[in-house]
Amino acid sequence: MSTPTRIAPDAPARPVGPVRVQRRLPRFAPLGLYLGGVALGFALSALTGFSLATAVVYGVVLGTLAVYVASRAVEGRRKATDRLVTSLVTTAFGVAMVPLLSLVWTVLDNGLPRFDAAFFTNSMYRVVGEGGGAYHAILGTLVITALATAISVPIGLMTAIYLVEYASGRLKKSITFFVDVMTGIPSIVAGLFAFALFTLLFGGGVRLGVMGAVALSVLMIPVVVRSCEEVLKLVPNELREASYALGVPKWRTVVKVVLPTAIAGLGTGVTLAVARVVGETAPLLVTVGLITGTNLNPFDGRMATLPVFAYYQLTQPGTATQAFLDRAWTAALVLIILVMALNVVARLISRFFAPKTGR
Amino acid sequence: MAKRIEVSDLNIYYGNFRAVEGVNISIEPRSITALIGPSGCGKSTFLRSLNRMHEVLPGARVEGKVVMDGQDLYGADVDPVDVRRQIGMVFQRPNPFPTMSIYDNVIAGNRLNNKRMKKSETDDLVEKSLMGANLWNEVKDRLDRPGSGLSGGQQQRLCIARAIAVEPDVLLMDEPCSALDPISTLAIEDLMTELKERFTIVIVTHNMQQAARVSESTGFFNLNGVGQPGRLIEFNPTEKIFSNPDEKATEDYISGRFG
Ligand SMILES: Nc1ncnc2c1ncn2[C@@H]1O[C@H](COP(=O)(O)OP(=O)(O)O)[C@@H](O)[C@H]1O
Ligand SMILES: [Mg+2]
Repeated sequence: MSTPTRIAPDAPARPVGPVRVQRRLPRFAPLGLYLGGVALGFALSALTGFSLATAVVYGVVLGTLAVYVASRAVEGRRKATDRLVTSLVTTAFGVAMVPLLSLVWTVLDNGLPRFDAAFFTNSMYRVVGEGGGAYHAILGTLVITALATAISVPIGLMTAIYLVEYASGRLKKSITFFVDVMTGIPSIVAGLFAFALFTLLFGGGVRLGVMGAVALSVLMIPVVVRSCEEVLKLVPNELREASYALGVPKWRTVVKVVLPTAIAGLGTGVTLAVARVVGETAPLLVTVGLITGTNLNPFDGRMATLPVFAYYQLTQPGTATQAFLDRAWTAALVLIILVMALNVVARLISRFFAPKTGR
Repeated sequence: MAKRIEVSDLNIYYGNFRAVEGVNISIEPRSITALIGPSGCGKSTFLRSLNRMHEVLPGARVEGKVVMDGQDLYGADVDPVDVRRQIGMVFQRPNPFPTMSIYDNVIAGNRLNNKRMKKSETDDLVEKSLMGANLWNEVKDRLDRPGSGLSGGQQQRLCIARAIAVEPDVLLMDEPCSALDPISTLAIEDLMTELKERFTIVIVTHNMQQAARVSESTGFFNLNGVGQPGRLIEFNPTEKIFSNPDEKATEDYISGRFG
């Protein structure tokens, strides 16, 4: 008679009950071993003339090795492999976090000095040195992004609805293909497109906020189409059929069943698409330009926007170089906060609009 | 108002694939007609062709006639949306609208079609339909809760309430109990027996006891092999099908000898 107990040849396990029992490392031993290995690595690096890069590399390699060897000796091969991969993945995560943390730190460090009320209430009108702010640029960014959203969302959403609910065959394939191509358009090309379009329409040298909105829309529409398409595909077909079976026409089914069911995903997708374009610089540089005063009318002349503002503060500092640099950093900080806020909004949308199960 | 449906020489296609062929059947009003047969023989396909749900799939089409009280449902001037208003459907898996409350699910047919109703009228309709679906007592205190929070059997009865709230003439049910436990199944069988006073009911079922318990007539579908079209082999009163069927194939299927 065979027992359900099986002993792996390389695992020091004892058959106690019907379930295999295995020796385990104490709970915090792997972490301790890893840190010990890292410390050893730093010491090794110090011996050969300390440098941070070699220290980290030695440390990570030795730490991973220590965990693996100890686990292999105590816990057996499968668990040891598990620990090895865990160490590698955690290290990769750590490496990925380095640029992010460094970026956030640098921007905070340099941006906070001018992160004051004046920055949010003053424009650069008649400011050549210290003081001033980005009031005009913040509002300009909001206006132009809102306008771009107003252009992109109807077009993108309706394209997605067409693709998912109506289109079939070759037309569907080619639209999908061109949307994919649009996704890859470099942003400067989008800017030049809007520039050329408005130059054709209104003659040379024209600069309008709406040009920037059009350029951003070119970048935004494919993102909106793509994300809305994915979300609409997730709506179960059974709900459409349930609606048809009640004698509801197709268009009403789309408007009153499919869209409400998908609203959370649609909102999230649109918000992330906004976040994607809000920091675009190149297309705005060639279409909207920059002014020092506040212009909130996108159909009348140049406007200021945060990315372009930051760019010019950095590249064309006047005599008070430090003041210009500070303003550039603070503009970058505000932009990052804006994008983060949009991401939070996207999460909230998907939280609050998701269909409730009520269980 | 229950109605009779006469089907003649019906062929049903998915693109070029003929899934069902040569169906002739007469479905009596105020009765339950059961359709049985092995998987893939085209029971669902046939059922969906009765209220023109078949054609919502791309490439799907139908040849032949489906006549309800003298009117050809596939006539050139007939709007499929109107057909579906008169012939309701309950699906295999309960599919309440997840964005709507229990109350809104019941009146979805009216709401989605923008039918203006007074609050008192909709209240009455909701109560009547839920009573009709034997669900009222279980949900009357939580009508504003989401329909997806109910148990599977309750959800299916909610879908039945939703279907009967638009007052169809015919109710099609595609294996309505296959996802349910025995108690919910019995509840729905009782419900069908009540509903046949008012509606013509056609039910697809895998459960032969169920067909024997609830139906007046039974149709047996079969197919000769994979890739072959399904056919209606025999259509007779239920007692005859289960005691003394005309066809050998029916007897084999009912006694579990087939394939
Ligand atoms: N959407 C579809 N597209 C193509 N073929 C289908 C589709 N649905 C069903 N069929 C085919 O039609 C035949 C009948 O299927 P169905 O009506 O679902 O059988 P049943 O309900 O009796 O199990 C099967 O051969 C099945 O593969
Ligand atoms: Mg079926």
